[in-house]
Amino acid sequence: MSALTFTLKYQPAQRVDLSPLVCQRLQGLALTDIAALELQSGKAKLRVDELFDISGDDAQHIIIKSSVAKLDFIGKELESGSINVEGDAGAYLGMGMKSGEIKVSGNAGLYAACEMKNGYLEIAGNVGDFLGAALPGNKMGMKGGLILVKGNAGERVGDHLRRGTILIEGNAGDYCGSRMTAGTIAVMGTTGRYLGYAMRRGTLLLWNAPELSASFNDCGSHTLAFLPILFASFKSLNSKFAEASVAFNRVQRYAGDMAEIGRGEVLVKL
Amino acid sequence: MIINGVTIDATFAEAFPMKATRAIITAQNEKWAMIAAQAMTGFATSVIACGCEAGIERVLSPDETPDGRAGVAVMIFAMGGKGLAKQLETRAGQCVLTSPTSALFAGIDSDIKIPLGKNLRYFGDGFQIAKKISGKRYWRIPVMDGEFLAEATTGQVSAIGGGNFLVLARSQPQALAACEAAIEAMRKMPNVIMPFPGGVVRSGSKVGSKYKTLNASTNDAFCPTLKGATKTDLSPNIESVMEIVIDGLSKEDIDNAMRVGMQAVCELGAANGIERISAGNYGGKLGPFHFHLQEILA
Repeated sequence: MSALTFTLKYQPAQRVDLSPLVCQRLQGLALTDIAALELQSGKAKLRVDELFDISGDDAQHIIIKSSVAKLDFIGKELESGSINVEGDAGAYLGMGMKSGEIKVSGNAGLYAACEMKNGYLEIAGNVGDFLGAALPGNKMGMKGGLILVKGNAGERVGDHLRRGTILIEGNAGDYCGSRMTAGTIAVMGTTGRYLGYAMRRGTLLLWNAPELSASFNDCGSHTLAFLPILFASFKSLNSKFAEASVAFNRVQRYAGDMAEIGRGEVLVKL
Repeated sequence: MIINGVTIDATFAEAFPMKATRAIITAQNEKWAMIAAQAMTGFATSVIACGCEAGIERVLSPDETPDGRAGVAVMIFAMGGKGLAKQLETRAGQCVLTSPTSALFAGIDSDIKIPLGKNLRYFGDGFQIAKKISGKRYWRIPVMDGEFLAEATTGQVSAIGGGNFLVLARSQPQALAACEAAIEAMRKMPNVIMPFPGGVVRSGSKVGSKYKTLNASTNDAFCPTLKGATKTDLSPNIESVMEIVIDGLSKEDIDNAMRVGMQAVCELGAANGIERISAGNYGGKLGPFHFHLQEILA
């Protein structure tokens, strides 16, 4: 069995909703049936074979080749299997995914992994705003799973994050960890302004000293026993986070946001 | 059967089904991990009055523990799951949570989970923090020396308690020396604990008593001072009897531990005053697991 491969034929004029092309919805379908599926693009509907060359037969392993940033909702509510995106992904990548694995070799757009439930999402390039966040108006963002971003992330990373882990090798924009209810966000690079704005609980793990709001209070320097266990869990990743040299267990701890319930923490490597 | 002058009785140890769990205690160094482990497994020699039987299984090197510090594996056995959970929680709360630099982790996997740090978290008074790492939930509880880290649950498994053998010797020092040799060998075996002080019990019991309120009393048939006063099981030259009780996760684990223990006793042999090895049973009517001494040593 070879991976079910969709090769983009041309750059679409409008954005395309790729949510029908997930493993569980293609399982058991013949190539002709897949080709006849319709994808929403602006006001029009496009047949899959109009936009993609299709090959392969393993619906549990999907490859999207020559992908561009106009392809939205890739891997929406993915329940199993894997999706490899060769190129860029649009907005809402892995939205609400429940299990399985998505890997993107390029960049991803807004709201990647928003309201993700579980599974693994890896983005080799940069990602837009609202990574792992809640959709506008909703109160609960990502609820589980692991996100790895090798590049930089935009603003509002983990807005309303409920559980799960977000790892960013590069920098994160403003309002990183805003309104977090719980979970962990680790940023190796720099962070922007309003870090942890209105966070209730959860952990922001940083390698570089942040610009902290006045509503975060210094709790002193500490050696925390859970950090070696957390870093050990990253060992299998293809990432800087897996390297023993980046791990630490000695941190400066700041509690906040005191303007909220103040049970969150910012841990900065010492 | 006679090995090195030691008679192996044609009898068996009778054991019972129990529920068991294992926890891993780590600390800044082995000394403090051991202190916490000893506290946690203290007053846990027999389910008759302690509520559980507990013991230290072995010392763990830093590369065997979840947090990379020195550790000790402890096992707790109880007659039922509910009792086990209660014992585990109170002992973890009073003995490990309180012990400097300690952390507590699950030591056995099972579909049946029992709380380890799950309820201890309330000690954190709202400042406790949960972290789910690789599918396991940990609780970080702020305490005066830093943070107490405890895994939320550990596994509960079916196990066997009450494997035993008796060492019958010509003198008390010789009985004790043989038991010490046996315990040293048995402590190297996995999945078993010997819950009595130093692994050895000198007050083996029989079921029932002349006193209505007691359900166990001294095993008079093996008391050397009663040789002429009761229906004794001892020959005139036996002056002291000591027992080793073994709880284990499976029949094979107890078989193996009993084998190495009895072999160690036999190695000392008649030359060191060891006369017989026997075992305690209730006629085979109470416990479903029978450990026949001669079969184990065959």
